[in-house]
Parts: sequence; structure tokens; C-alpha cells
Amino acid sequence: MAVRPLTPPTSEQETTSPKILPLSWDRLERVGAWGMNTSVCAFVYRPTTIEGIREVFEIARTHGRRVALRGSGCSYGDASLLAENISLDLTRMNRILAWNPETGVIKAEPGVTIRNLWQYVIEDGWWSPVVSGTMVVSLGGALGMNIHGKNNFRVGPIGNHVLEFELLTPKGDILRCSRTENAELFHTAIGGFGMLGCFVSITLQLKKVYSGHLSVYAFATPDLSTLFREFEARMETADYLVAWVDCFAKGKALGRSLAHQADYLPKGVDPIPAQTLRVSKQELPETLFGVIPKSLMWRFIKPFSNNWGMRLINWAKYTQGSTLGNHKTVRQAHAAFAFLLDYVPNWKFVYKPGGLIQYQSFVPEATAEACFTAQIEACQKAGIVPFLGVFKRHRKDDFLMSHAVDGYSFALDIPLTAKNRARVWELAKELNRLVIAAGGRFYFAKDSTLDSQTAHAYLGEAAIAQFRRWKQTCDPENLLQTDLSRRLFGDNF
Amino acid sequence: MPSRWKTAIVVGASSGMGEEIARQLVVQGCKVALVARRAEELNRIAQSLNTAQEKKVFTYPHDVGDYTQVPALFQQITHDIGGLDAIIYAAGVMPSVQPNEYNFEKDRKMIEVNVLGAIAWLNEAAQRFGQSQGGTIVGISSVAGERGRYPQPVYCTSKAALNTYLEALRNRVGRYGVKVVTVKPGPVDTPMTKGLGKLPLLIPVDRAAREIINASQSGKKNVFVPGIWRWIFLIIRNIPSFVFQKLKF
Repeated sequence: MAVRPLTPPTSEQETTSPKILPLSWDRLERVGAWGMNTSVCAFVYRPTTIEGIREVFEIARTHGRRVALRGSGCSYGDASLLAENISLDLTRMNRILAWNPETGVIKAEPGVTIRNLWQYVIEDGWWSPVVSGTMVVSLGGALGMNIHGKNNFRVGPIGNHVLEFELLTPKGDILRCSRTENAELFHTAIGGFGMLGCFVSITLQLKKVYSGHLSVYAFATPDLSTLFREFEARMETADYLVAWVDCFAKGKALGRSLAHQADYLPKGVDPIPAQTLRVSKQELPETLFGVIPKSLMWRFIKPFSNNWGMRLINWAKYTQGSTLGNHKTVRQAHAAFAFLLDYVPNWKFVYKPGGLIQYQSFVPEATAEACFTAQIEACQKAGIVPFLGVFKRHRKDDFLMSHAVDGYSFALDIPLTAKNRARVWELAKELNRLVIAAGGRFYFAKDSTLDSQTAHAYLGEAAIAQFRRWKQTCDPENLLQTDLSRRLFGDNF
Repeated sequence: MPSRWKTAIVVGASSGMGEEIARQLVVQGCKVALVARRAEELNRIAQSLNTAQEKKVFTYPHDVGDYTQVPALFQQITHDIGGLDAIIYAAGVMPSVQPNEYNFEKDRKMIEVNVLGAIAWLNEAAQRFGQSQGGTIVGISSVAGERGRYPQPVYCTSKAALNTYLEALRNRVGRYGVKVVTVKPGPVDTPMTKGLGKLPLLIPVDRAAREIINASQSGKKNVFVPGIWRWIFLIIRNIPSFVFQKLKF
């Protein structure tokens, strides 16, 4: 089915509150942000078919509600929340529709998770070319946010590996999009944070692998400058690069880090690929030292969930990594390397009860070092030191609402408490100013603190206007909204 | 430490305790939906609390006797204010009743407003809070519900019914993390008590509202306002019936 011709934006849409008809209380659930920093009540529908999604859109229309699309709910902030409206949860649309182990092309529904995906294909010698830090993420959510991995500098975001998708718009059309068919919509809906329609099928080109293992090299850097130099030197050959940064360190040690480079094993290097590619060989261990159930580990870490405790953990980690673990190469399973966030189940509970925000910014290579140095200093000065800092290399992509730059990202896990919440938001404003001044960008999947002005500043008015035109084409009733979209672009996107 | 609410509904908000509770919640930063019959009174309150920068108060003219309106109106309100942390049912009537008067119209009105209206609104709240596993239901009852007293048979009945209903609600949804607070004020200086002559332990309405909010946000279940009434009614409740028959208060 063809896309309708673009139409210019109409005059201001109706701003009055729609007439509400009651929905069954049975549908009401508390729906939370992954970072546990906010939650709302919403009427949750979990359809299993395209017809079911259409019915939910119709229920929204007839009951005066808006709809927020939601996958596994892994966005740190309010990207899949919409208070008192409908939460269209797609996790039950989780079927693999087609798989070709010869070509590595897979077609799946949006509720299929990264875990479902890799476990389905790995024994045939394939791996998802882009994965997030947790395997819980759904493919629909992954496309909506255009997620990236630790290999973004080499392979771009997941959108680069999508061959085509079908988008069900609130109007009821199903639009097939690829780089040759509806190409502009293809580059707008991917990364379009669920504003244009619901991905109902996604076709991906996977990555051929010749072993279930990666070669992982660990190295420590004594400061941020060295880390930048190391990444620049390695990015030509590395398949993956990621660094953990100790945000507590000051002075000459500011930005000291432990970094990992991981590379695929070429064909023939692994003598027993059929064995290492087994799902059972990829599974993360359930116990620590073979004794302590890892599901309990967050409870052991919880007492350290304060500035002094985390300063100690960061120091110990760096000291261990820069001595015993430095310049070591090991073989590690894909899943063990990729899904660090799943290594300690429920680790985020360490941040209870206030939760956390992850402040992630993407800054061009030329200005990144100064910007990230200033960010760490600003956090330390404010007395709100991130418990964890993660550093990655990126490259530009051609998606309209992209977060990526030819440069670096720095993700800061900042704990929230009832007392520090207002100060954290003030700090975020200061960090935003640094990022905008450095020509940087932000990522909707991680965002909790951006304001409309900052979003407009980094996206640019031309891109927003173009996105609005697609919004009016695909969703003229403005049915798809989230608390994030309202926060950044108003109720009448 | 009391946990403050971000969003609340006050039913019976156009005067008296309801109005004062709404005003104090707005000062706390809470977004408040005012529900009452008299639209002009609601607008007056809203105009005095809303600013050009921020709309904290939303108004919904509604007669609590119009029970069929409640489910739709309830969800309209939660949609408009973006959630619900607490509902305060403060609507109540106490018409003047002579010692030998048996006026069914007055009696029915008291039952409709004080009991059935409360049930219509708080049933909705209980379902919602039960589903969302949290929230606070506050029913403004009265010390009058503690005994069936000579001057106001049906008013006492209505408040006793409300007390029992709130207790049952607490037993039903308390297990899901929902707080249900029964508030039993003594005489408070409001339009309801005007013309009733000198009343014992009469307190200003702002004090009553403050004590109600503090107690509700602190997780209390049964609250006498002021607290002295708890001890007074401990005695009154234990007066033998044959003695109580001789009394005329």
C-alpha cells in the first residue's frame, strides 16, 4: 500500500481535552520506566495480531484516549509511558515469521526480544549485528529507538541492518518500507520513537559468526585523554570497543577507565564452533563462584549504594583492572560480553527506592574530550557523582531523528533520591548546555531530563518540521503520544 | 515522614472543609480536581488558586446524587490531571431537624449525599487504586457516627454507614497497598455549623483541614479531629444504653 502524498502542516490542532469514556478498571496497571524514576497508571492492552492492534486504536478513538507504544519497557525514562491513556504493549506479538539460515535473513514480529533472536539463530552460526546492553529489549522498541551497541563505530545502529519493515499506522494502513520502497519513511520511522505507527514485521540481516566466542582484550587507561587516544587508534580494527569510567577519580586521574576491545574470531580459528555456538554455552552463569545465586547479588551490592561505597567499588575495580587484569586477552561468549546489564539480575534494584537516570550524551570527536571532562567535573562539583560511566565510539547515520555523531558517547548512571531529585535535574540542565555547546546530541531511550528547547536545539527545526509532516501523514489524529513526546514536542505533535 | 500527593480529587470542594483541604493541597504543590454542585463557587476557588503560569486546579460541576455520571467523570478527571494519588470525599449535608420531626425528604437527601454519593465515588477509587496497588481514600465522616443520638437520627446513621463502608473498603483494598482513612471531625467552623448555636470544642476550618491532610498523608486509619474527641467518644461509646436514652445531646 502506498504512502499518501505529503501534506503541509495544518493549522493548530484542537487543544481541548477529548471527551473521555470510561475503560474497564481491569485494564489499569502501573507502568514504569526502566530506571524506576517514574511510573504512571495506564490501561494496558496486549494484542497478539495486527487486527488486535487496530482494535486498540479504535478503542482509543472511541474513548477519547491516546496510545503509547511499549515493547519490553527498557527505556530508562518516559519514552513508553503515557499517564491515564492506553499502553499498547506488543510483547505478545513475539513470533519469528521467517528464517533463512543460508542468508541470515530473519523476519520477526515486534515483540520478539534480542534474547529470542540470538537464541533462535546462533546455532546456525548467526548473531544480531547490533545488540543493546540487555537482551530483554524488543525488536519493535529497538527500531523505535534505533538502538546501538558497543560496535556502533563499525556497523552503525540497528536500523542499518533492517532490510524492510511493515508499519501499521493509526490510520489503519500497513506500509512496507525499505531503502528502496518508502525510503524516506524508512529513515524516519526507525528512530521515530513510536510516533508514526507500530512495526508489525521487521526483516533483519544478521551477522555471520564462526564461533560462539569473541576475543576480548582488556586494558586500563590512567585518564580520559589516554582513553580517547586508545579508542582512536583501535577503532580501525576493533569490532567492539567499550570502556567503564571511574567518575569519582579527580585531578590527573580524572576519567581513568577500564576498557575492552572485542573481535570476532575468523573462520577456522575456533576448532569446535558447533559446540561454542550452542545456546547452553552462551547462557550467563546463574551463580557467582558457583555458589552465590546471582539473583541475590544486588542485595549484597545495595549497602554500597552511596557515594563512599561506590567510590570504593570504582577504586577497587580500577585497581584490579589496571594491575592483575591489564592487557589480558580472553575468549568470551557473545552473550557474556554483550549483555553486561544482565550479568547481575535486577542490578538496578541497587538504586531503589528512588531509581536512577542514565544521562547519555553523544558529542563529536573534536569536542568530546573537553565536554566529557567538564561533565565529570560538573558532577563532582555538584556532589552528584555518577556511580557508573560508560564510554563508547560512534559514527553518523542517515536516520532523521538520529542520536549518533561521528564521535563519542558518555552514559552516566545517576542515582535518584527524594532529596536530590531537583538538584539532579538542575545538574542535567548544566550538562545539557555543555553538550549543546559542543555540538552534541541525545538519545530518547535514555532520556528523562531534556526540555523542549534543548531537543529543538540539537535536532534542528528542519528535521523536526520534516518529522511533523510524517506524523501528520501517518497519524493525523495525533493518536500516538508518550509522556516523552509531550515533554519535548507538546501535546499536539 | 508524610508522603505528599501530586494529584488529588476533592468531592464537595465548593465550601467548608472540602474547599480548605483543596486550598492547602494546592499550596503543597498538588494538582487538585474540585468536584461540587455549584459551578460558580468552584470557579471562584479555581481563579484564586490558578496562575497564568500554572494550572493546579481543575473544576467539575457535579451533583453527587447523580451516581450514573460518576464512572465517566472519574476517568475524565484522572485523565485531565494525569493520575490520582488521593481522593477526599468531603461532601455532606446536615439539614436542621426538629426534635419531633420525621421528614423523609431530608433523611433521603442525607443518605444520598453522605452515603450513596460516597459509595459511588469511592467504589471507583477503590477499583482504581486496587488495580494500581496504591493510593489514599479519605472519607470525611463525623463523630456523629459513633452513637445514634437524639437530635439527628439519620445524620448519625449516615455517618455510621460511612464509617462501616470505609472500614470494609480498607479490609478489601488495604491488602493491595491502598490506604483508607476515616476522618471523624467534631464541630468545625464551616457553613454547615452556622446557626447551630454554641458548639463544644469548635475549631477553625484551616486547622481541621491541616490535621486531616497530615494524618492522611502519614498513613493513619482512623482520625479524630481534633484528637481529644477520641477520648471523649471512648467514654460516650461506653455509656450504657439505658443511660444514653435519658440524654438529649
